[in-house]
Amino acid sequence: MQVPAPFDYRRAHSLDEAVALLERHGPDARLLAGGHSLLPMMKLRLARPETLVDINDLTELDYVRLDGDEIAIGALTRHATVLASALLAEHYPIFAEAEAVIADPLVRNRGTVGGSLCQADPAEDLSGVFAALRGRAVVHSSAENRSVALREFHRGPYETAVGDGEILVELRVPVRPGAGSAYEKVERRAGDWAVAAAGAFVQLRDGVVADVGIGLSAVGADHFTCPEAEDALRGQEPTAARIAEAAAICRDRCEPTADQRGPVDFKRHLAEVLVTRALTRASRRAGGAEA
Amino acid sequence: MQVRITVNGAETGAEVEPRLLLVHYLRNVVGLTGTHWGCDTSNCGACTVWLDGVPVKSCTTLAAQADGHAVRTVEDLDAGGELDPLQRGFMEEHGLQCGFCTPGMLMTLRALLDSDPDPDETTIREAISGNLCRCTGYENIVRAARWAAAHAAAGGAEQPTPPTGGAEQEVTA
Repeated sequence: MQVPAPFDYRRAHSLDEAVALLERHGPDARLLAGGHSLLPMMKLRLARPETLVDINDLTELDYVRLDGDEIAIGALTRHATVLASALLAEHYPIFAEAEAVIADPLVRNRGTVGGSLCQADPAEDLSGVFAALRGRAVVHSSAENRSVALREFHRGPYETAVGDGEILVELRVPVRPGAGSAYEKVERRAGDWAVAAAGAFVQLRDGVVADVGIGLSAVGADHFTCPEAEDALRGQEPTAARIAEAAAICRDRCEPTADQRGPVDFKRHLAEVLVTRALTRASRRAGGAEA
Repeated sequence: MQVRITVNGAETGAEVEPRLLLVHYLRNVVGLTGTHWGCDTSNCGACTVWLDGVPVKSCTTLAAQADGHAVRTVEDLDAGGELDPLQRGFMEEHGLQCGFCTPGMLMTLRALLDSDPDPDETTIREAISGNLCRCTGYENIVRAARWAAAHAAAGGAEQPTPPTGGAEQEVTA
């Protein structure tokens, strides 16, 4: 039987109370949202917090909404909500395409956007999505609300910019009129972590790439992205040759590690192929050729 | 800690360790062993129950998290004294062999049919992608779900409202 080691359980009824509980119980306290990463790690003793602060009552952090010229996603929003969001489907199909291949429907009913990002698994899908879209994270503490670029959010495997006494409360993505986006993932079986995954958005102006974002998961890309490949494509027509150039840069710049999901050369190959597919589909969508 | 959980419309409560998982609360504290304890790693879905109307894996949910909430288990499917059309579908289409995955399959598919009364095969297969059948009886499970969809009016619509408050909530997620 797999059961976590003993811990103290506290339920927060407000954001202020959650922060106060984190402050009171110190660095050995952990937030419990969906729990679908944390509880399995606790069962395996890979994580052993002394106190869990359950924030599932903070339904005010469960939303997807347009806020000015940005889309705001509450940190407690469940994966299933993101997958079904009409607002996100309208602006960024990359979200539904990524969510559809995150775990399974039952896990998506429980797991949260904020939890996934704070888990900071190197193969986590939404980290690649938000890196591609150059999103921002809003991190709350008793002192302030601070904004962190998603491309600076991850400090390494399982490490983020969220410090002691802080809570990730919101993710924000700029609305980009006419932008196309797409997500591509190879997994060993349905619901598994990515062997490799790539996401992209493309914004065209007069047939030329006005802006582009590339996200990479599970292949050791620095901050889940590859700015050199974006720079190579920006200002160019999104032809097959140009996209291939950008994808080759991603292949060469990423730093995958060999594990049970495959050897390094295979993952580099996947990175190139998946970036090509994601950029191609995102460009078509930006051009209006594909719904 | 003290938890109070509405299970299939009935109030239950116990003094439990915070680390007690919901699946063990249901089986060992409440005594409802219809919910199966399977892989323990949130992969197999044998432990699927509804939490406030949403199907979840109870091996990856703390009993503490369900405190003050409503849980529905497979034992509630025939609460009206009549088998749920889904249960009849599993009988008619031979939807189970060893039966270990069946409670989870039933709870996942009941939620699907409540939100989508006539799902196609792809939708059904996607819905149960978090429920593993090691007998690999998926063909018949899909047929059983289709049977239930086709016969919903015969049994489902006439069934009395389940007593569980949360169980009637639409799956909005």
